[in-house]
Amino acid sequence: MKQVLQVEDMSVTFELHQSEVHAVREMNFSLAQGETLAVVGESGSGKSQAFLAIMGLLAKNGRAEGRAMMGDINLIGMEPKQLDKHRGKDIAMIFQDPMTSLNPTLKIKTQLSEVLVKHRGFEQSQAVKSATEMLERVGIPEPAKRANAYPHELSGGMRQRVMIAMALLCQPKILIADEPTTALDVTVQAQMLDLFKTLTEDFGTALVLITHDLGVVAGVADRMMVMYGGRAVEKGTTDDLFYDPRHPYTLGLLHSTPHIAKRAERLDPIQGLPPSLEHLPKGCSFNPRCAFAFDRCLVERPPLAPTGNGREKACHYEGPMAYGKVA
Amino acid sequence: MDQTPINLLEIRDLKKTFSVSSGLFSRPLTLTALENINFSIRKGETLGIVGESGCGKSTLGRCILQLLAPDEGQVLWLGQDLTKLPAEEMRQRRADLQIIFQDPLASLNPRMTVGEIIADPLRTLRPELNKQERRARVLKIMEAVGLLPEMINRYPHEFSGGQAQRIGIARALITEPKLIVCDEPVSALDVSIQAQILNLLSELKDEFGLTLIFISHNLSVVRHVSDRILVLYLGRIVELATGDEIYEKPRHPYTRALLTAVPIPDPRLARQRNIDALKGEIPSPINPPSGCTFRTRCRFAKPYCAEHRPPLETIEDNRLVACHRWREIEVPEEAVLGA
Repeated sequence: MKQVLQVEDMSVTFELHQSEVHAVREMNFSLAQGETLAVVGESGSGKSQAFLAIMGLLAKNGRAEGRAMMGDINLIGMEPKQLDKHRGKDIAMIFQDPMTSLNPTLKIKTQLSEVLVKHRGFEQSQAVKSATEMLERVGIPEPAKRANAYPHELSGGMRQRVMIAMALLCQPKILIADEPTTALDVTVQAQMLDLFKTLTEDFGTALVLITHDLGVVAGVADRMMVMYGGRAVEKGTTDDLFYDPRHPYTLGLLHSTPHIAKRAERLDPIQGLPPSLEHLPKGCSFNPRCAFAFDRCLVERPPLAPTGNGREKACHYEGPMAYGKVA
Repeated sequence: MDQTPINLLEIRDLKKTFSVSSGLFSRPLTLTALENINFSIRKGETLGIVGESGCGKSTLGRCILQLLAPDEGQVLWLGQDLTKLPAEEMRQRRADLQIIFQDPLASLNPRMTVGEIIADPLRTLRPELNKQERRARVLKIMEAVGLLPEMINRYPHEFSGGQAQRIGIARALITEPKLIVCDEPVSALDVSIQAQILNLLSELKDEFGLTLIFISHNLSVVRHVSDRILVLYLGRIVELATGDEIYEKPRHPYTRALLTAVPIPDPRLARQRNIDALKGEIPSPINPPSGCTFRTRCRFAKPYCAEHRPPLETIEDNRLVACHRWREIEVPEEAVLGA
C-alpha cells in the first residue's frame, strides 16, 4: 500500500514563562492510502498537539521538530505560505466543535466554494455547483437550500457534515479528524462513522481519527496508536490491541470502557490521574498508575520497541496481565 | 421498621412548555419540552434516563427537583406533591433531593474553598450545627468520596475534572439526601476517570442507601449503572423497562435504533453488526410531527402513525411502551447488538 504520510522523530515543545513543556516526544508512524489510524489517549496525552503540529497550527509558543513527510515534502517547519499550498488540498483537518470552525457571517456555499476557487482555480459558479454536490454526497438533505444557509441555521450534525464536505472538496490524501463525533448524538454519530468508512473506501482518503472513545475506534480503525504523557506507548492493528493488549495502559483503558452488552458490577478503572506534562514521573510515566510496575519502571523509561507481528510497545513488563475480575 | 412507601417518587401527567421568542414582532412560539410523563421510582433503585439532545432529559431532572416549575402534573415525593409546596417548605425538602451536574468545575464557586463549598448546603438546611460540627461532617464526606483531608482549604481551580466531580458529589451528599439526580455526571471526564466516578457512585449508593436518577446520552454508561431505563424522544416517554429487557428485547423502534447506534468497544462485533441506522435528525420540538413524533424517522411507520398519537401502554407486567406497532415488530432472535 502506498504511504501517504511518514512521521519521523517528531516532537512538540511549548515555551512557558520559565520552563518548557514537551507535549509530544519522539513520535514515529506512517499512514497508508485508504487506511484509518486511530490515535487514542486521554486529555494531555499529546494526541491533538501532534496533529496540530503537522498542520502547522500550533499556538505561538509552540514549536515542532522532526519530519512529517508527505511524499518528499516535509510539513514540519514549512513557511505558512508554502503550507497553504498543501493544507486543504492534500491534507485537511476537522475538529470537535464545527461551530467554531465555520465563519458565522458567511453562507455555507461561500465558505465551501472558496476552497475550490483558491486551490483548484474553479470559476465561482462552477465552485458553488460542486460544493452543493458535495453537500449531497455527505448526506445533507436539500443541499441547494442548505448551501444558502448560515452556520447557525444548521444542527450540530449538519454542521459537522459541512466541515467534512469542505475537507473533501479537494479530495485530500489525508484527513485528520480530531474527536469528530464527540459532540454529536449517538444516532448522528453512527451516520458520521458510516460516512468515514465510505470516504476511505471510495475516495481512498487516509483517515487519522483522534479520539478517547474506544467504541468509535473499534468500528472504523484499521490500526491504533495509544498515547500517554506525550509518547506513543503501544501500536498495532485494532484487533491486536483490543483482544491482546500488551501495554498495561491499553488494558486499563479497555477495562474502563463500559460495554453495552455486558453489565459488569464494577468497572476496573486505572487508578489515579493522568500526569501533568510539566511533572512527568521518572522512568516510565505510567508507573504511578500501573498495576504491574516494578523497580526498573521507576528509573528507566521503556523505549517503544517492536514485539513482533508489526506491533510495538513501550513497557518493561513481559509477564501475563490478568487484571481484575472482568478479565 | 422502615415505613417508607415502595415508591419514593411518583410523576403524574407532567407537562413542561417553554415560550420561545421567534422575532421582535412575532408572537412567541410554544416549545413542549415534556408531555404526558408518568412513572415512579422505587426506593434504592437507579433509574437511567436516556435520549438525544433536546429530548427533555435534563428538563425532567430539573422539574423533579422543582428547579423548574412544571406547567401541569404532580411530582409526588412520598405522597406529597412538591409542585404545591410553599417555597420555604420546598427549601427544607431539598435536603432529601440533591443534584450533581455535568461540568464539575463550572458548578463550583471559584472563590470558595472546598470545605466551604461542601459545607454550604448545611448553612441553610442545618443552621443548628456549629462550625466544628460542620467541619467534622465535611471531613467525613470528603473521606467517603475519596478526597484527602488536607484538600479542605484548597480552591476548585487546583483540581482536575474528576476531583472536582468528587467535590460536587460531596456537596450533594452532605445533606444526607434520599435521592440524587445525576445529570450527565461523567460526560466531561476522561475514560479512566469516568470509570472511577461510576464506581464511586455505586459504592456511595450502597453505603448511604441512595436512590439515583442517572441522566445521560451515553447508553453504555446508563446500562452499566441502571436497574431500569427510561427512553425519551421529543419530550415523551417511548419506553421504560429494566436494563436487561431494554437491551435484550427493545420494544420501541427508537430504542432499537439507539441500541444499534451505540459504539461497542469490540472490533469483531462492531464489524458484524447490522446498524439499524436512523435517517435524518430529531425534528424541532416547536413543531413536532403529528401523531407519533418518531414516525418521521421510523422504518416501521404506517400512515396510521401520522394520525394518532400512540398511548403509553403497560406491557409484560411492568414495562411501558408508546408505539402503535410494537406487537407486530419482531425482535430479532440474535440480540440487536449481534452479541
